[in-house]
Amino acid sequence: MSAAALSIRGLRVEYPLEDGRVVAAVDGLDLEIAQGEIHALVGESGAGKTTVGNALMGLLDAPGRVAAGRVAIAGRNVDFRTGRAAGIVQGRDVGAIFQDPMTSLNPLFTVESQIGETLRFHLGLDREAARARALDLLRAVGIPEPERRLKAYPHQLSGGQRQRVVIAAALSCDPKLLVADEPTTALDVSVQAQILDLVRALVRERGLGVLLVTHNMGVVAEIADRVTVMRGGKVVESGKVADVLTRPKHAYVQGLVAAVPRIDKRLARFATIGDETAGAQAARDDLRTRYMRPRAEKVPDAILEVANLTVEYGSGSLLGLGRKGGFRAVDDVSFAVKRGEIFGIVGESGSGKTTVANAVAGLVRTAAGTIRFAGQAIGEKRPRALRGAMQMVFQDPYASLNSRMRIDDALAEPMLFHGVAAGRSDADARIAMLIEAVGLAPDAGRRYPFAFSGGQRQRLSIARALAAEPQLVVCDEPTSSLDVSVQAQILNLLKDLRDATGLTLLFISHDLAVVRQMCDRVAVMQGGRIVELADCDTLFADPQHAYTKRLLSLVPNVARIGNRLEPTGASP
Amino acid sequence: MTRIPKSVAIAGAIAVALIATALLAPWVAPADPTDIASYNLIDSELPPSFVAGGEARYFLGTDNQGRDLLSAILYGARVSILIGGGAVALAALLGVTLGLVAGYFGGWLDAVIMRVGDVILSLPTILLALLVSGLARALIPNAASASWAPFILIGAIAIHEWVQYARTVRAATMVEVQREYVRAAKVIGLPPLRILGRHILPNVMSSVLVIATINLAGAILTEATLSFLGVGMPPTYPSLGTLIRIGNEFVFSGIWWIAFFPALTLVIGVLAVNIVGDWLRDRFNPKLRSLA
Repeated sequence: MSAAALSIRGLRVEYPLEDGRVVAAVDGLDLEIAQGEIHALVGESGAGKTTVGNALMGLLDAPGRVAAGRVAIAGRNVDFRTGRAAGIVQGRDVGAIFQDPMTSLNPLFTVESQIGETLRFHLGLDREAARARALDLLRAVGIPEPERRLKAYPHQLSGGQRQRVVIAAALSCDPKLLVADEPTTALDVSVQAQILDLVRALVRERGLGVLLVTHNMGVVAEIADRVTVMRGGKVVESGKVADVLTRPKHAYVQGLVAAVPRIDKRLARFATIGDETAGAQAARDDLRTRYMRPRAEKVPDAILEVANLTVEYGSGSLLGLGRKGGFRAVDDVSFAVKRGEIFGIVGESGSGKTTVANAVAGLVRTAAGTIRFAGQAIGEKRPRALRGAMQMVFQDPYASLNSRMRIDDALAEPMLFHGVAAGRSDADARIAMLIEAVGLAPDAGRRYPFAFSGGQRQRLSIARALAAEPQLVVCDEPTSSLDVSVQAQILNLLKDLRDATGLTLLFISHDLAVVRQMCDRVAVMQGGRIVELADCDTLFADPQHAYTKRLLSLVPNVARIGNRLEPTGASP
Repeated sequence: MTRIPKSVAIAGAIAVALIATALLAPWVAPADPTDIASYNLIDSELPPSFVAGGEARYFLGTDNQGRDLLSAILYGARVSILIGGGAVALAALLGVTLGLVAGYFGGWLDAVIMRVGDVILSLPTILLALLVSGLARALIPNAASASWAPFILIGAIAIHEWVQYARTVRAATMVEVQREYVRAAKVIGLPPLRILGRHILPNVMSSVLVIATINLAGAILTEATLSFLGVGMPPTYPSLGTLIRIGNEFVFSGIWWIAFFPALTLVIGVLAVNIVGDWLRDRFNPKLRSLA
């Protein structure tokens, strides 16, 4: 009977505050990971899941400390006072994979020295032996042409290859336990699928225990055996993945699972509770009456027509006088958006989807093609009225509000600039209504952005986009940096606002499930081109292009959990 | 709010006290050293009152023309601080404006501004200031007079110092321009000047204030050096540097106080401002802040 790869009993991690009080980031965690088992630790920001991973690797930030609890790795107890344990050494017996493969490799080291360093330090191998071992490891993680890659520097590798190197380095000393902190969050779905396959295969081969820290329920469903859900440092629910995800007992977990966008079928709205103030619906009704009034004259069916759009990025010369030319980010893209619809553009990183959004919003210069808004051709220089008619919501809620500007000033600016409000007092009344319409209390206007959470800031960004009373709002990954429950709230809000105002949304996302829930029509982009454009339901039910089919097959999917687990789960 | 270290508190208090008394010199000084009628050659080169041979009227003694040294130092510090502050303000105004423009618009405008800055930085501060004040004296008939000299000094110092502001602000602006709140402002359609003034400027100001504090000490020193070299303030309207130059001629005759007390004031003032500036720099540097 071999010992568990990891056993945690009553772990408590504390952060002392300046005034002498103590915050428990992790409070009373029990966890057991058998060899060959993948245990997922999920939760939203602030749940303490990453703190657990850091504590195991001895990477707790300075004032934080393990206040109580026993941790044993492969049967040997870890002594937190010394940072390392009797016979257990971080890097040898615990391997770590971090979120961003860009930053977890030293850019000045070749692959050989990254992996070789660990081998020579921990196992005392000489240069030749270390190289042979590194080569084996690279083969094991499936890097093509491993001999050549040994000499490569991180920047010469793709994101997926980098993450494979990180995994190879983590495995180099045959650890018993692998701590993977959001290992695929920074990767595209196709690369994510490969890395997840790799981890699963390695676990089976080597009898590794894996602690998988993630916020992505799809990833959990895809590869984990057991799952522990944390909230505010405490365990909410723990058990087999199939049980927890399909029949959650705790209300919080039920809400969390319900908030995960499904790719298999479209729901009218996400099930969320208590995320809005009472006045939100009434304020949206006010908004509706406002929007009904000016809608006038001949309204063309297509509000936005993009024809043969091409955008190129050039590299500047020393004097900044260099000629344009070089990388073609968007290549001959054409599509039309109908008034009142939500039009989605999906693609992996580098597909050009964000560049299309920027071109539509007038933030980048186009090399060729035309953009027509409400029948009128527009370039980079636009008349003021057109500017106001087209607004944008950005990805990062922490960067999209000016931290030195009060919320009501930030909202008043577009109103006054575009003459939507007659004066400051008129603007203030509208601001109060808008803030309520996005589900916040009206006194939010008197505060600065730092007083708000990420989700609240995103609501305020949406309010600012609506302040100019636009007809089209470009949403560039509006929920990609939000927790899944907050994401559900924001997506619901966008739908409600669309229904209230008849807005048209151009919705850019890398998340196929989100697009499935939000959009009426979808364009799939790859390498700067649209490869498929179809009705949302049609696209997901019957994809035509090979790339679309591949993308859809790779999305980690909570709904697929039955297919994967039931055959084996039938005989427990 | 984190606690302020004791050394910084003391330095801050000294800097504030020095600046306050200097600015209030006409009201706190025992005599007016710029008023020729108020002093007499008979009283010249008297030692400080606490030294044998000193007179109680002159606490720090008198200079070679019989001026009360304490008053001369207070008035001199006032001149030094006004010129230093003026130079810093002019340099910051110029540098911040050019840095914002270079960072926001990029392209040839950025290239021209930054290459001009590079050329200026390749010349030593003092050399450039000598060149500028030399040119000014050649072009303006009474440039050496008390009414013109301060402005020429301010210009001579600022012409070198603005580059540092421009570089810092340009780099910060290039970062801010990529951030989404600036892109949102562009989508709203706000004109560039408004985006620069209302959105970007407040977000790059903290680093400017830090540089300004540190540069204030440097600018006061540069002014003192220029006056010491004889191209600064005239002897009839002395700055600290002018006083040190005058005193320098008498040091070897045993008349040490004329150079010593202005120099001591300068050292203490510059040190105090520097300590505060260094602390501010560390405070506003997020990388260092977490270590404090």
